[in-house]
Amino acid sequence: MTGPGATAPRNRLAVAGARATTVAMLRNQPRRDVILNTLFAGMLLLAILIALAGLVALLVQAFVKGAPALSTDLFTNPPSTAFPEKAGFRPAIIGSLELIAGVILFVVPVGIGAAIYLEEYADKSKWWNRVIEVNIQNLAAVPSIIYGILGLAFIVRGPLDLGFILAAGSLTLALLVLPMVIIAAREAIRAVPDSIRQGSLALGATKWQTIRSQVLPASIPGIATGVILAVSRALGETAPLLLVGATVFVTFDPTPFGSDGYSAMPVQIFNYAVRPQEEFQTLAAAGIIVMLVVLLAMNSFAIWLRNRYEQRW
Amino acid sequence: MTISKWLMVIASAAVLALGVAACGDDDESSGSGGGGDLSGSIRIDGSSTVAPLTEAVAEQFEAENSDVRVTVGTSGTGGGFEKFCAGETSISDASRAIEPEEVEACEKSGIKFEEVRVATDALTVVVNPENPVSCLTVDQLGAIWGPDSDLSNWSQIPGLKEEFDEDLQLFGPGTDSGTFDYFTEEINGEEGASRKDYNNVGENDNATVTGVEGAPGGMGYFGYSFYLENEGALKALEVDGGKGCVAPSAETAQNDTYVPLSRPLFIYPSDKSLEEPQVKAFVDYYLDNVNDIAESVGFIPLTEEQLATSKDATAKLG
Amino acid sequence: MLQSQKPRYGEKVIQGLLAACGILSVLTTTAIVISLIGPTIGFFEIVPVDEFLFGTDWTPQFEPPSFGVLAIVAGTLNVALWAMLFAIPMGLGAAVYLSEYASPRVRKTVKPVLEILAGIPTVAIGFFAASFILPEIIQPLWPGEFLGGAVGKPFLALAGGLGVGLMIVPIIASISEDAMSAVPNGLREGAYAMGATKMKVATRVVFPAALSGIVASIVLAISRAVGETMIVLLAAGSTPNFTLNPVEPIQAMTAYIGVTATGDISTGSLDYKSVFSVGTVLFVMTLAMNMVSIRLVRKYREVYE
Repeated sequence: MTGPGATAPRNRLAVAGARATTVAMLRNQPRRDVILNTLFAGMLLLAILIALAGLVALLVQAFVKGAPALSTDLFTNPPSTAFPEKAGFRPAIIGSLELIAGVILFVVPVGIGAAIYLEEYADKSKWWNRVIEVNIQNLAAVPSIIYGILGLAFIVRGPLDLGFILAAGSLTLALLVLPMVIIAAREAIRAVPDSIRQGSLALGATKWQTIRSQVLPASIPGIATGVILAVSRALGETAPLLLVGATVFVTFDPTPFGSDGYSAMPVQIFNYAVRPQEEFQTLAAAGIIVMLVVLLAMNSFAIWLRNRYEQRW
Repeated sequence: MTISKWLMVIASAAVLALGVAACGDDDESSGSGGGGDLSGSIRIDGSSTVAPLTEAVAEQFEAENSDVRVTVGTSGTGGGFEKFCAGETSISDASRAIEPEEVEACEKSGIKFEEVRVATDALTVVVNPENPVSCLTVDQLGAIWGPDSDLSNWSQIPGLKEEFDEDLQLFGPGTDSGTFDYFTEEINGEEGASRKDYNNVGENDNATVTGVEGAPGGMGYFGYSFYLENEGALKALEVDGGKGCVAPSAETAQNDTYVPLSRPLFIYPSDKSLEEPQVKAFVDYYLDNVNDIAESVGFIPLTEEQLATSKDATAKLG
Repeated sequence: MLQSQKPRYGEKVIQGLLAACGILSVLTTTAIVISLIGPTIGFFEIVPVDEFLFGTDWTPQFEPPSFGVLAIVAGTLNVALWAMLFAIPMGLGAAVYLSEYASPRVRKTVKPVLEILAGIPTVAIGFFAASFILPEIIQPLWPGEFLGGAVGKPFLALAGGLGVGLMIVPIIASISEDAMSAVPNGLREGAYAMGATKMKVATRVVFPAALSGIVASIVLAISRAVGETMIVLLAAGSTPNFTLNPVEPIQAMTAYIGVTATGDISTGSLDYKSVFSVGTVLFVMTLAMNMVSIRLVRKYREVYE
């Protein structure tokens, strides 16, 4: 509102008048509107409640069904066909841990590298940089089983020919979640204000020095959150692993390059879930509980990290 | 404390528990009792029907020989042979005999093998307990399951003595299972020949159980072990293969009267793999113990004669 | 001073390395396309394209085999349809509530819970759908023989649909909520000042303003639904069935790939190649949907920047 002096009291009067009219109008809401509004709000609330009820039902059902099998045996024993009471998930747990270790090793440098390139170095007007960008967004939407086909054709057989080893499964999963990490890292890097960069450059630092000592440290929390969420996704993926050979019946601890076969939590759960005997259904549910607890831990950590280190510029 | 703090506490506790459990307790798997001086790995792949038996044998074997690693895959009988004839596996599980093309592939790679029978399975046809029918001939089964069949009600089955006016609800295994291959070959005359509109349970044999249990006119087929697990909930049909109505059981499968649905189950070791001491020990262990283990997994043990033949075959190869 | 700097080759090397990381994405897409194309072409040398694209009987392992992909495409769409019918009202309702009605404290609690739902592994949702939704919710509540009845069937498209729906509610909810929050407050306040009720503001002002973002979230959700494997495998079945009937078992494209590639087929056989041809169809479908979604997101972002 420009204009000092004589117009100021006029503005104040206008605002006061508008406010009074609005309040009068709102007070006079016809009953029909009130009922409609309440119903509407009620329906919206119902929508959230149904979705939440679904989640709660899932957790409760898994817990109730799997509770009989919960014991430390689950963590220490290998799977067993002959004695389901003694069966456990040990090789699958170790397999999953090794898988995501490999995923992290691949995805952190490559993901951050690609994000830095796209945000700091790439000339957005050049066509090849736009191609890279579009590619990443498309890859994020490709179904996970297609990555399984990719793994089977290229990593297990084909050019890389690694065979059905855990490292191949790790690489396949890494390719699956890489786009997520790149997108999250890009957001984190983009959020760092330009003034920080300009300041550093003005003091004589090179571009890389600026990135390494100013931009990256500031964007680490956002990147870390992205990596943790991507790793949670990799932990729960079943379909691609089925195609790259996560053999189900493995009773020893798998190794990354061992050709004796490996297993992973979601695959083991799937195998138990399709067996008719009630004990295996219980085991499947117990395995789900274990996986959910681990995932909850990781996601909570990511949320905490985000809340704690969120910087407001 | 706020919700997020609570979550953190639970989460850290869980992660700690996981870590402790996974890292500690190496004694559990490092053999209770026998150490043996056998070591190495044994890769087995093939039929998902035979796999539970091989898995059970492998578990016991590994308990006595803690340095041997046995993996059992379930790529199916055909998939197993493919890997076997490419030299990728030491032993192939099979729910049917090896086929000529597969024999050729093995010969090309220079792999010699022997067919070693390890157990018998009685493919069981199950119906709902309310169903009054107790016996069907092979022809009747063919009429129901054949590729051109359009029977939709029990009363339409030709030559049926009992009165039963219920809709047919059919449940069958996936098309890539040895059970499907065997059933279609024996009942419909050709592997893969089957009517298309049945409830395909894929790998999930449990679904056949719940399906037949839940439908008065339900009918399904699967291995004998699944029937045994669910004996109270399902009824096994007697099958007339030309010798009268015969119910599936250990005796009728062993003495070959439950025809044509009793099928032999095999493992195929190769000459190369038997050169490895751990594989030879495993196969010997398998044959020495299979009759005790077979029943617990729901299969029918071999007769003395059949066992002797199998042992001879192994000796010939190794 | 600036002119006398030595040329920094290290910088160039680093830039090259970083660029290589970016190019990896292009390489991945190329690899996917290559791995799909070879066997697909081999497949079409044997099976005529029109039988594949227009046939409604998918029985590759029967004698004689039939390769009409529409049967499993219908299976995928069947599940996706029921998933969307569940997820759209739930997701949008949640989004509108969180954006327009909820207090900051409620938002802080509900948003993380939705994120938890988004992080649940699909095998767990599939197990839940098969062992709970199907027997305890659909079968008891479904009206008798309507559309053939739900009882006695071990797999139902609807069970898979509800499971997938539950999985994608967070996608719709969070992206739509972001879109609605991005609508400038000025628009809302203007409407309130005109005497509009909260419901009117939500439905007539905010919703249309955020429409591109909302539609983008829906398209993304459909894309995820189409590409989902484990839930349909565990709950919807393995019977190719050219139908949109919710109380029938079906087989989705993803389930076919999963079951066949891990089952008893030999490399190089026609069954093996069929896995790749179905994979190609799946890839093309999700790619097309994704491009539409990207375009929409770009459009809505530009309006306010």
